[in-house]
Amino acid sequence: MNAIEVRNLVKRFGTKTVVDHVTMNVAEGEIVGFLGPNGSGKTTTIRIMCGLLTPDEGEGQVLGYDLLTESLKIKREVGYMTQKFSFYEDLTIAENLEFVARLYRLRPVEEYVGRTLEDLGMTSRRNQLAGTLSGGWKQRLALAACIMHEPRLLLLDEPTAGVDPKARREFWDEIHRLAQGGLTVLVSTHYMDEAERCHRISYISYGKMLATGTVDEVVKNAGLTTFVVEGPRLDQVAEALEGRPGVEQVAPFGTTLHVVGSDQKLLDAALEDVRKRERTTVRPGETSLEDVFIQFMAGSKDNMA
Amino acid sequence: MKQYGVSTVFSFARLGALLLKEFIQMRRDRITFAMMLGVPLMQLVLFGYAINNDPKSLPAALVATSNDHYTRAMVSALQMTGYYRFDHVAESAAEAEALMASGSVAFVVTIPSDFARRVERGDNPQLLIEADATDPAVASGAISTLGTVAANALLRERGMEAAAAENARSQLEVVVHRRYNPEGISQYNIVPGLLGVILQMTMVMMTSIALTRETERGTMENLLAMPASPLEIMLGKVLPYLVVGAVQVLVVLIAAKLLFSVPFMGSLPLLLFAILVFVLSLVLLGYTISTMARTQMQALQLTFFFFLPSILLSGFMFPYRGMPGWAQIFGEIFPLTHFLRITRAVMLKGADFAAIATEVGALAIFVALFAGVALLRFRRTLD
Repeated sequence: MNAIEVRNLVKRFGTKTVVDHVTMNVAEGEIVGFLGPNGSGKTTTIRIMCGLLTPDEGEGQVLGYDLLTESLKIKREVGYMTQKFSFYEDLTIAENLEFVARLYRLRPVEEYVGRTLEDLGMTSRRNQLAGTLSGGWKQRLALAACIMHEPRLLLLDEPTAGVDPKARREFWDEIHRLAQGGLTVLVSTHYMDEAERCHRISYISYGKMLATGTVDEVVKNAGLTTFVVEGPRLDQVAEALEGRPGVEQVAPFGTTLHVVGSDQKLLDAALEDVRKRERTTVRPGETSLEDVFIQFMAGSKDNMA
Repeated sequence: MKQYGVSTVFSFARLGALLLKEFIQMRRDRITFAMMLGVPLMQLVLFGYAINNDPKSLPAALVATSNDHYTRAMVSALQMTGYYRFDHVAESAAEAEALMASGSVAFVVTIPSDFARRVERGDNPQLLIEADATDPAVASGAISTLGTVAANALLRERGMEAAAAENARSQLEVVVHRRYNPEGISQYNIVPGLLGVILQMTMVMMTSIALTRETERGTMENLLAMPASPLEIMLGKVLPYLVVGAVQVLVVLIAAKLLFSVPFMGSLPLLLFAILVFVLSLVLLGYTISTMARTQMQALQLTFFFFLPSILLSGFMFPYRGMPGWAQIFGEIFPLTHFLRITRAVMLKGADFAAIATEVGALAIFVALFAGVALLRFRRTLD
């Protein structure tokens, strides 16, 4: 059984279609990255899945419960971590955890809270107000509170926004540990390195699901060719290439220039002049996930216009 | 830890969690907490001592050209009523007119120069009292006592009291009893009313921001994602204020006794029961407002929109029976209207349950109505 099986979800706010026929399957124990630009409908889709929003169209099951009629059962077995810290800043760390433990009727409360505090390494700070925590600690507290009731599905909405790299690394290690224990995770993110730590990714843009699969599959299916240009005065090269037929992206990466296009022949032809430059080499490169996403974003903007 | 088979509608454990959270938050918010306890006392003392429906010792100007004993008797009789304080003696009618126009005096008493002569002759003596009636309430008490006071003063001065009393025996006598508050002390009316006004103020205002505060802080999303039912959330938000209300009631009732010596004729348990129903209707009203408003600011605006008519039309400030029929019907939609009748009846008249049952019933209808509307209005989703 899949943890998430939703078909043709549609959500409109006024005349704007925020989620446009989204279909998604997530297997149990899988970590799925949910990617897309700002305002693409990631948060709305996640909210539909945990029963916080009712879809205008579509159907599906989450954890085997019907999305439309059994949202209360879904709520009890899903852990949802909101984008913005949404625990009580005027309650202490321990009081927040106790509140959650009591709402889920976890007994004995003190045992659950004590264990969670210990796992967090926050036992000595249990009486600190949650509002005084730094961004990274708030995020850790929120995650701990979300998984205290041992949910079967974890929905994380941009959990690492504004968190430093070390805390992000630790956060992802924790997510993988949880997934090994059988927990299913759907996590939305903007970061490419995080996307690459997921088993599978889904890319959504302006409410439409554009691609889904493993990172390699998504990159391969995008059908992009990438060349890496090395040499002096790359800024001039970039300027010369911009707008040439076949050249869809020109992006500097350190001392090199990545040139990306979907038609290999056209791209090759466009690079002919560059190859003639002094001390300049052009070699085939690997298309990165980021290149693919930039391509997607450029493409969907056309759709919108 | 799966909890199958547990009621999704109501659980004491979940309600307990919500209540505990509210109490902790209430305790941390020191200023609001102090306001909830300090404001009732301040308002009670301020309004209790300040508001007076029957003002006495009002400044008056005397215009008298002769200084005979009839004039003096008349002036002293007016002073004896307690309403007039002659602190201006005007030389002319024009000067008196200026005094009244400027607001320095509320009354101008003019005793004509032929007053004594006419009294002696029995030739329809006249006395002019001009009152500043821009505020009708100010003048009414002073004027209403006037007729008998003036007549009696003259009779006494002429030594005709005995004869008049003899004469009166054969005439119609109207007996007036001012019951429940024979001395007409305003505080007896105001203080029990203030109990209702203060409760309404704090209870409705605090609960009206209950949900919008969660929405504005972003905690609502989390709360909705967790398994708390609308009923539990509602009770978790309103019940803590019953405790706050109980403390306020205690403060006001003790102050009413100690500071204002308001008589307490009826049964305390009966009054407390009525207060409980009243406070329940208030917190549920506040909560209903909370389900309608999108922001705390909107909630407070709605609350104030409700406050003014409820204070002005409930009979707290102005006589309920003085309003036209449609306004009286309109006044019935405020819980405060019914509570004022209850508290004044129980405290001053010693009313029993049968006497206030209709009013308590009206409050109970408000409770059911507000609770129903709030539960219907409550959005379980973020839609």
